Amino acid sequence: MSPQNSTQDPLWVKALVLSLVAAFLVLVLILPLVSVFAEALRRGIDPALEAIANPDALAAIKLTLLTAAIAVPFNIVFGVCAAWAVAKHDFAGKSLLISLIDLPFSVSPVVAGLIYVLIFGAHGWFGSWLIDHDIRIIFAVPGIILATIFVTFPFVARELIPLMQEQGVDEEEAAVSLGANGLTAFFRVTTPNIRWGLLYGVLLCNARAMGEFGAVSVVSGHIRGLTNTMPLHVEILYNEYDFVGAFSVAALLCLLSILTLVLKGILEVLQPQVGARGH
Amino acid sequence: MTISIRAVEKQFARYPALRGVSLDIEPGELLALLGPSGSGKTTLLRIIAGLEFPEAGQVLFDQRDVTFASAAARQVGFVFQQYALFRHMTVAKNVAFGLDVRKAATKPARAEISRRVDVLLGLVELGGLGGRYPSQLSGGQRQRVALARALAVSPEVLLLDEPFGALDATVRKSLRKELRRIHNATGVTTIFVTHDQEEALDLADRVAILNLGQIEQVGTPAEVYDNPASAFVCGFVGEANRFEGHVENGRFVSGAVSFPATTASGPKLGFVRPHDLTLSVGEEAGFDLHIDRVIAQGPVIQVEAKTTDHRRIDAAFARQDVASLTAGTTIRVTARKAHLFDPVA
Repeated sequence: MSPQNSTQDPLWVKALVLSLVAAFLVLVLILPLVSVFAEALRRGIDPALEAIANPDALAAIKLTLLTAAIAVPFNIVFGVCAAWAVAKHDFAGKSLLISLIDLPFSVSPVVAGLIYVLIFGAHGWFGSWLIDHDIRIIFAVPGIILATIFVTFPFVARELIPLMQEQGVDEEEAAVSLGANGLTAFFRVTTPNIRWGLLYGVLLCNARAMGEFGAVSVVSGHIRGLTNTMPLHVEILYNEYDFVGAFSVAALLCLLSILTLVLKGILEVLQPQVGARGH
Repeated sequence: MTISIRAVEKQFARYPALRGVSLDIEPGELLALLGPSGSGKTTLLRIIAGLEFPEAGQVLFDQRDVTFASAAARQVGFVFQQYALFRHMTVAKNVAFGLDVRKAATKPARAEISRRVDVLLGLVELGGLGGRYPSQLSGGQRQRVALARALAVSPEVLLLDEPFGALDATVRKSLRKELRRIHNATGVTTIFVTHDQEEALDLADRVAILNLGQIEQVGTPAEVYDNPASAFVCGFVGEANRFEGHVENGRFVSGAVSFPATTASGPKLGFVRPHDLTLSVGEEAGFDLHIDRVIAQGPVIQVEAKTTDHRRIDAAFARQDVASLTAGTTIRVTARKAHLFDPVA
């Protein structure tokens, strides 16, 4: 028998724990993923591709990409600003701001959607004003984008706040004492130090922006070809017993998520090398 | 450049950090701000740098009021306690930063910047390391990079916050000499903050001693050591045995301890440096010390002893004056010099 130290558990314990974890992963994560692709390709590749090439599906894909393309940049700008304000400055109401940033994580997405209906809907606070000016938010693309921004709000800021807090303000102060103005210090000192955390937050934000269902479902109105995002389109097809169609679009969504994960993995491999230089 | 600090006050959330501090720093001077933690010395340095702003008072650079001028506008070089090197930039880029961020009109040509970086890295003896990243350097090397970076902008004043605090004792000593050499080579007015009195006395032309947000004394190392202005300075700068007692009939008396005093009668705090204790000869009045330990350190013999009423005393004698001292014996000593202060209420 090999010598054991206190941190080495017996072999059978390790085997048991590992197989439990593996079994759980297969059951909960891998099996469903495989079944999505299996269902999509049940009748071969052609029906699956047809379902994706359907004009309503294409419209849903476009809307999803558009939503992400607007929500993600918005959250980058806001997330960086909020993290910078919280981590590098002291001001009254700071803890309130941190709580507010967390709000979308703690509120159910359905409630988030309802809030927007309450504010911008036909019977909401600004409803009659919006109708008078012929501005459509609820049951239209702006509502979907607003709801998506709301639910993806914390990702970038939450990723950056601890990072920026840990880095402190010394480097910025050094930059300023060397004659840099605030903007120069921000772009030449702050931003390079947070770029990896920022990319990571952006990927998570993007994944959620494309996959959000609940909040978007409430404000969308489910108008085919107009206000359906991919997750909503999947639901509609499924409710109509078009399983191949539903799973084909779902498979495409899965592929987008897997792409995000692969990008994240690549980042994590790259980061230590640059980080070792950078830290 | 002359720096004048006039009645500066600074308050942090709960406690006052500076309470009416005034100080003049002469051109080309090397001044130490010395004090225990929480004495306000770093706050004062940051106010001079423009990284903090006072609630009251003024900061003048050559009669120019810079109290609320930004750090960028002040032309100061600041070396941070943890160096604050830009971790994503090479050493050369770090040093070049201050020149690199200048507006086009005053920005030197690229070749000129790189020449200047080379000169500065040479000055701090880091030639050839320009391509490294801060994480690839030792603590002492990082400190030198921080110094070179601060000097790159040709500052009118160089400010250092606990410059050697994060270094081990050997590196600390050699960098101390280095800073003195660089100060002599550049002639730039330099202010550094330290809590280490040995460092301050060793390096500075003048020392300003802070306690609880106020300046207790400003003077040359010899002045603050030989003529401490307050009980705090006497206890903080150099070693001293401290006695609570009173003066009566020309003698200071504190329990079993007594020695001649020239001040008026009344309750006093008495301080006697270890080397100001001398063996008392013949019937001359003095007090007895029981020797616990004898440490022979080169020309000085240090003695750890107790008074007859069991108070610990440190004494130091020149070796030629005391031929043989052994632990366990008793000697009779008196104070050749003592510092007496009125007890603080």
